[in-house]
Amino acid sequence: MSLESIRPGAELELAARVVELVRRAAGQSAEAEVMVRHDAEALTRFAVSMIHQNVASAVTTVGLRLHLDGRTASGATTVVDADGLRGLVERTVAAARLSPPDVTWPGLTPPSPLHHSAGYHGSGEHSRLDFGFDEATARATPAERAERVRDFVRAADGLETAGFCRTTYTSAAFANTAGQAAEGRTAEAAMDGIARLSGADGVARLAGGRLADLDGAALGARAAAKARAGQSPVELPPGRYEVVLEPEAVADLLDNFAVFGFNGKAYAQKQSFAELGAEQFDPSVTLVDEPLGSRDEHAPGLPFDDEGTPRESLVLVREGVTKAVAHDRTSAAEAGAVSTGHASGASRTWGPYPTHLRLEASPAGTLPATDPIGPAAASASPLVARMKRGLLITDLWYTRVLDQKALVITGLTRNGVWLVENGEVTAAVGNMRFTQSYPQALGVGRVLGIGGESVLLPDRWSGTRYAAPALHLASWNLTGNASG
Amino acid sequence: MSHFDEASAAVQAALEAGARYADCRVMVRRTESMTARDGDVEELGSGESAGLGVRALVGSSWGFYAVPDLSDSAARAAGRRAAQIALASATVPGPPIELVPSTAVEASWASACEVDPLGVSPSVKGDLLVMATAAAKEAGADLAEGIYQIWDTRKWFVSSEGHRIDQHLRECGAGVTASAFGDGEIQRRSWPSHRGQYGTSGWELVDSLDLVGHAPRMAEEARALLTAPLCPTGETTLVLGGEQLALQIHESVGHAIELDRILGWEAAFAGTSWLDLAQLGSLRYGSDLMNITIDPGLPGALGSFGYDDEGTPATKRDAVRDGIWVGVLAGRDSAAVAGLDYAGSVRSDGWARLPMVRMTNVGLEPGPHTLDEIIANTDDGVFMDINRSWSIDDRRLNFQFGCEIGYEIKNGKLGRMLRNPTYTGIGPKFWQSMDMLSSESIAWGTPNCGKGQPGQVGHTGHPAAPARFTDVRVGVRG
Repeated sequence: MSLESIRPGAELELAARVVELVRRAAGQSAEAEVMVRHDAEALTRFAVSMIHQNVASAVTTVGLRLHLDGRTASGATTVVDADGLRGLVERTVAAARLSPPDVTWPGLTPPSPLHHSAGYHGSGEHSRLDFGFDEATARATPAERAERVRDFVRAADGLETAGFCRTTYTSAAFANTAGQAAEGRTAEAAMDGIARLSGADGVARLAGGRLADLDGAALGARAAAKARAGQSPVELPPGRYEVVLEPEAVADLLDNFAVFGFNGKAYAQKQSFAELGAEQFDPSVTLVDEPLGSRDEHAPGLPFDDEGTPRESLVLVREGVTKAVAHDRTSAAEAGAVSTGHASGASRTWGPYPTHLRLEASPAGTLPATDPIGPAAASASPLVARMKRGLLITDLWYTRVLDQKALVITGLTRNGVWLVENGEVTAAVGNMRFTQSYPQALGVGRVLGIGGESVLLPDRWSGTRYAAPALHLASWNLTGNASG
Repeated sequence: MSHFDEASAAVQAALEAGARYADCRVMVRRTESMTARDGDVEELGSGESAGLGVRALVGSSWGFYAVPDLSDSAARAAGRRAAQIALASATVPGPPIELVPSTAVEASWASACEVDPLGVSPSVKGDLLVMATAAAKEAGADLAEGIYQIWDTRKWFVSSEGHRIDQHLRECGAGVTASAFGDGEIQRRSWPSHRGQYGTSGWELVDSLDLVGHAPRMAEEARALLTAPLCPTGETTLVLGGEQLALQIHESVGHAIELDRILGWEAAFAGTSWLDLAQLGSLRYGSDLMNITIDPGLPGALGSFGYDDEGTPATKRDAVRDGIWVGVLAGRDSAAVAGLDYAGSVRSDGWARLPMVRMTNVGLEPGPHTLDEIIANTDDGVFMDINRSWSIDDRRLNFQFGCEIGYEIKNGKLGRMLRNPTYTGIGPKFWQSMDMLSSESIAWGTPNCGKGQPGQVGHTGHPAAPARFTDVRVGVRG
């Protein structure tokens, strides 16, 4: 199925049909929830300044979770004809009957109205379906993506380039035997590319709800400017440095906070640093999960989760105080809380976590009138100007947890590092390895400044999205040079 | 039931739409997994996925399109769409693309399997995880977790050059982990590795792991680690267990010898490689003990197959011989660009994803020693095993690994247990310091290798045995 063949309500009809099949196969006492997703993903990828991979797929997946006589099983299929749906139900019912007892079943989501998007066109009180949905992005053609790649490559002006332009469209519906039913759809566009010169890479990355908002030329020029500014890097000794992290690097902090810190299962199992009500961050830090977007952007996610729980903004940290973690129904029951709408197909196993984190920009942050030509991004420039001696870091790479409780992470810098002295960039620096506790880096008194703009950034791997400003931190523990 | 007709229809439609080469993979995959915690089943899931993916080469540009519909009309439409996407790729063209020759074969292949994993009752499999996690809990674990995963994949591959190949792969694996919570820290021990052991094998692999028998020791060691001294900081002699060395091979050799990375095709995401093709055949990668092979035909290993996803038959090759870099993981187009005459390492993680260069079984040939001999010949050093964390730079040079457990080595004997052991280094310098290598090789399976955009998860195998390295920096902390 592709966008052309989608008709409104198709997924909801499919979900209702599976619920009915479950009732026939397992009786009225069976508790069942059905999630139907149609995902159309297209990604135009370039490297060595040519489009070398150009892919698209359109897949409908039906997921069923069933609780029967105290036992639980789940199943999924991409075969959505009558035989495929009947097979899904029969397999899942049989698996549930053979399963050991499930003592942690949290029950079904009762009928609940959806919350509405925070704003933007198409998301008024009466537009539950659209939620700021941009039809043109959902219908984007390979040619439209290729044009943006061409603009990126040209703007790099002879530098080698690599990256992608991606459009995604999801139409989904949920139904359960308790009477909850919901549907929604969303579209996203993203571009992520590097320019390369003599071993130095520069990056530009942006996500949004409209492909029309992605300017390949502007991104290509930005990446090229950073690559040119990265020439002749020096090596610095390991140690603790004051740093300005650009939004791309800050997105990695948000990712690790989300997956390991604000994960409701990790919290319930005491594997997270999060302590509700505790002042764990600098007072300048406010973190919000925004699956429905903010007032001036499209909703990046569906308005309900895989358990049918309505989704809404969730304040995780307000002015430095940890306020909440993300829950599905299972982790909420374990923690004595309520679901926050973060169930996914894997959340019972790996835990529910926020997928659209925003670090609030600083109201006091100022932006230069135009994008600077040098290595620093617009929102980072005022922070760089205030740094006496430290490093400007563009991006972080291959970050992995060494100590989950303290969230000690090791990883490397990537796509540009510079030495800053007296507010001025004085030299490019080679990539370095770091080993750093992320909550400690943002602890009380350690955040020296936050940029004036939260930039929407795509995850390079999945559909997750972040809104990140630049960050000025008092200390970052660099433990080695990437070259040895 | 064969799906050659649908694959052929897609290929024909792509050719009629202007492609000069096209291929199609129809895949039908069934999956099953279960997790358990503290003696209770946590999640039992199963999946069925069926569809086809078509690849079309128009001029020098590729296009790919995938649909879950196996009807003749959908297959033809997908073929046409793949060609249309290839035409759009020509907006930003590259140099002419050729494919290294591949003999068109009609063949059938299936992996060896004694006990069909999907044929074993979920209640039996559930009882195993329940008993294993309960045993760990009773032995003192604050948290005991168990997992098994099963993949049953059937593929039908057709190319415009005449390939018609069907394959049936059955893969599975399992593991158990015990965690102990201390004051502000968590220690973890896993059997047989941090995510379990996996192979292209039947359920007999899981039966051989004896999860229940090993679970109590995992719990006892996790608790003991809470009060063990920290791994010392500094440079020392490092002895690695085979499981950790398998991931060392994966990260610092396997990815580095991927030809698409070497050519810059993964530069923006997965990264490039420190290797330069001009040095293929002459570059010293490691010590004379270092012999790395690429062997997709290794029975039971997780990276095994009969034919790759371009129809190239599984063929064993050297990647490093006597410490010298001599081979790469390649596909038909990347090999042609590099001027090489072999491919054979291209796979996709499903019908909806583009086939790309992936590791198969990339492993270290066994050495002349035993682990006991290595320990006995070490006066002062650290032994580490079972991976806990991994990180490496985008050129595959600078790595840092953390292990679950370590031990002092003093005067030829294992001493005190050490907690939070980590080590770091630079790939070729590290491999050149390998001076003792055990013969006790196991093909460890890695079921979670990420690469590509959109993301793909690959299954790879890594034969490895314990080995010793000198002057390694250990005990890196935040």
